[in-house]
Amino acid sequence: MRGLALAVMLVLATPLFAVQPDEVLSDPVLEQRARDLSKGLRCLVCQNESIDESNASLARDLRILVRDRLVAGDSDEEAIAFIVERYGEYVLLQPTVTGSNWLLWAAGPLMLLLAGGIGATYLRRRADTPEPVQQALTEQEKTRLAEVLDDPH
Amino acid sequence: MITELGHFALILAFLIAIVQAVVPLIGAHKHWYGWMAVAEPAAKMQFLFTGFSFAALTHAFVTSDFSLRLVWLNSHSAKPMIYKISGVWGNHEGSMLLWVLILTLFGACAAWFGGNLPPSLRARVLAVQSAVAVAFFAFIIFTSNPFLRLAVPPFDGQDLNPLLQDPGLAFHPPFLYLGYVGLSMAFSFAVAALLEGRVDAAWARWVRPWTLAAWIFLSIGIGLGSWWAYYELGWGGFWFWDPVENASFMPWLLAAALLHSAIVVEKRESLKSWTILLAILAFGFSLIGTFIVRSGLLTSVHAFANDPERGVFILMILAFFTGGALILFAFRASAMEAKGVFSVVSRESALVTNNVLLAVACFVVFVGTLWPMIAEMFWDRKLSVGAPFFNMAFTPFMVLLGIILPIGSTLAWKRGNLGRAAYQMRYAFLLALSLALLVWVMQTGRSLMGPVGLFLGAWIVFGAAVDLFSRTGRGAGRFARLWRLPRADWGKAVSHSGLGVTMFGIAGLMAWQVEDIRVAQIGVPFEVAGYELELQDVRQVTGPNYLSTMGSVALRADGREIAVLNPEKRNYPVAQMPTTEAAIDYRFLRDVYVVIGDKQDGGGWTLRTYIKPLANWIWAGVLLMALGGTLSLSDRRYRVAAGVRNTRRKPVAAE
Repeated sequence: MRGLALAVMLVLATPLFAVQPDEVLSDPVLEQRARDLSKGLRCLVCQNESIDESNASLARDLRILVRDRLVAGDSDEEAIAFIVERYGEYVLLQPTVTGSNWLLWAAGPLMLLLAGGIGATYLRRRADTPEPVQQALTEQEKTRLAEVLDDPH
Repeated sequence: MITELGHFALILAFLIAIVQAVVPLIGAHKHWYGWMAVAEPAAKMQFLFTGFSFAALTHAFVTSDFSLRLVWLNSHSAKPMIYKISGVWGNHEGSMLLWVLILTLFGACAAWFGGNLPPSLRARVLAVQSAVAVAFFAFIIFTSNPFLRLAVPPFDGQDLNPLLQDPGLAFHPPFLYLGYVGLSMAFSFAVAALLEGRVDAAWARWVRPWTLAAWIFLSIGIGLGSWWAYYELGWGGFWFWDPVENASFMPWLLAAALLHSAIVVEKRESLKSWTILLAILAFGFSLIGTFIVRSGLLTSVHAFANDPERGVFILMILAFFTGGALILFAFRASAMEAKGVFSVVSRESALVTNNVLLAVACFVVFVGTLWPMIAEMFWDRKLSVGAPFFNMAFTPFMVLLGIILPIGSTLAWKRGNLGRAAYQMRYAFLLALSLALLVWVMQTGRSLMGPVGLFLGAWIVFGAAVDLFSRTGRGAGRFARLWRLPRADWGKAVSHSGLGVTMFGIAGLMAWQVEDIRVAQIGVPFEVAGYELELQDVRQVTGPNYLSTMGSVALRADGREIAVLNPEKRNYPVAQMPTTEAAIDYRFLRDVYVVIGDKQDGGGWTLRTYIKPLANWIWAGVLLMALGGTLSLSDRRYRVAAGVRNTRRKPVAAE
């Protein structure tokens, strides 16, 4: 409970806004790029928010940093690389495909193939199985049936 | 005094649970009817004692008994009464007590309503349910006791987190727990069936109502949580792929798969192993969810206070029950013989596809949620897996499901005909397509998400309508027969339509949202997406336990005033926490969402305005899904069991 309270305070203790009017760039194209990039950058002191949504002061600093880089002429990739260099890949909300992360991205398609394969095999098997034939009663079962029917209990 | 009695009742319930977990199992194994009969009264007593214990805790909160440590930490005398009550479960210990209350409630319901189950199955089900209860009672009593006292009672408490002082959030945990814990019944049924060594159509018929009830509650719980986030968290997001949200979503996906899988077991006596496996995994993911939320392993906006000791305890519970059930499954899998035969194109195979898609989607969410932890453990990489990943990885499965749904749900059992199903759906398809194209033409230059969402939603809704109508037969009086169709048919159509409505709502909201951020001066109107807004004044207001800066914003359309919105910035002095209360004008086709910020030097106030189209369709869709489930649940066919007390062959009731 205390942890939750602390976390929420970190998020909300500053001016209750994400992008402030004074951060908005005058060039709408650059501003849109900045907004799009911000949506992919994590607020480092918050719990699972992007800097675009967060009200923390660090988020504001990062938003201004992104805008400064774009105004200085960086492309999207260069601006992101600049920030990742300083804060680590933790700041990216969308994980890269480098190194071991390929497993993360491949997990879905691979599992789909696997499950689909199992499913398809199962369906084939059910389709090819002959229908169970109803067999007549065996001699044993006939005597047992007679016993049960005749037995008054 | 009452609290002491409550504490004692909890311990008694624990002891009863131990007895109930052991005696009926032995009785079922040895066919000792007396021992098996211990299960029902034990289950009812367990529930009564736990209920009393929960009532005692509630009493302590309601009377603001601050000698109880939990009440001191989470309550305050000035708090409104409804939040004193909801504060009972707004913390770790109290919510665990609620968890266990619902667990024993479901056990007691199985004892009350399970009269038509064969005695050995009923005994085993109640015993397994009780075994889960034993584990959680032990967890509560030994690591998370809500009844701990303070030696010197303070005068007042520390107040509940203001974010939780909210009607939506007051009801969110009970519904969620009803869902999570309801899945424990499916789990108990599955393990009991494995112990019996028999899974057949009658078993599936018994399992379905319980799973359906759990799924309905879980849907409502998730919907409530999402709606709460939308209006409370200040920027109108409704889903963040937060670990705790994922923890509730994964059991929902698996429960949906389980529901559909159980249909095949009941109707065609196939898919038995898949259904048992899904039942075990669905509850397993509920336990994983409990673990994620309470162990502090993952950072999230709404994790409880973390404690490694509790985390290890839950992990052991999780490993024991899920692992044990899976081992039992491995040993007994051969005893489950599929009897039905069906071709590759049939409703059974459509349901298998549905299962595959839902299960893999759940797996993807699971991997994404745990990946940061795995990456740090194995490769020493600190990384994040956020919304962009989940949106990209998860959405394709839902899109595929949406496309297949109307066709798959009309295919015939055993030997279906794709051409015939497609022909039947041709008008629904064309109508949905034309609507989507129309919208695509009307929205210039925007992404495809909106039209695609509209197509999927309309396709599912129209397809469900066509399917329902096709069941009315031929000739005159089809409309009259429509109303007399079994409720389960209506339930299916309404639930599937709900899914379509939610899909469209989500796509529409994300594609067509408009945002405006500016400094608004008092008395100066401004325009957003065809609406005119004017900040009329800002004043200070005092609430029961907070101080608020409240703005008054007039909303006008076509010159006419349609609403006055009051966005607030509140400060709770006891908890020393500020919150934002957005002002929302709820309408059928769109919401107007206004948030007030700080006063700027120069006299104005920062004002953030959103136009959110189709926002309410998301929650309307969830309600429709829950309504459809309730319609199905109320169908009498579910509550009349097939083949009551035979121990040899179980006849499958004619449909």
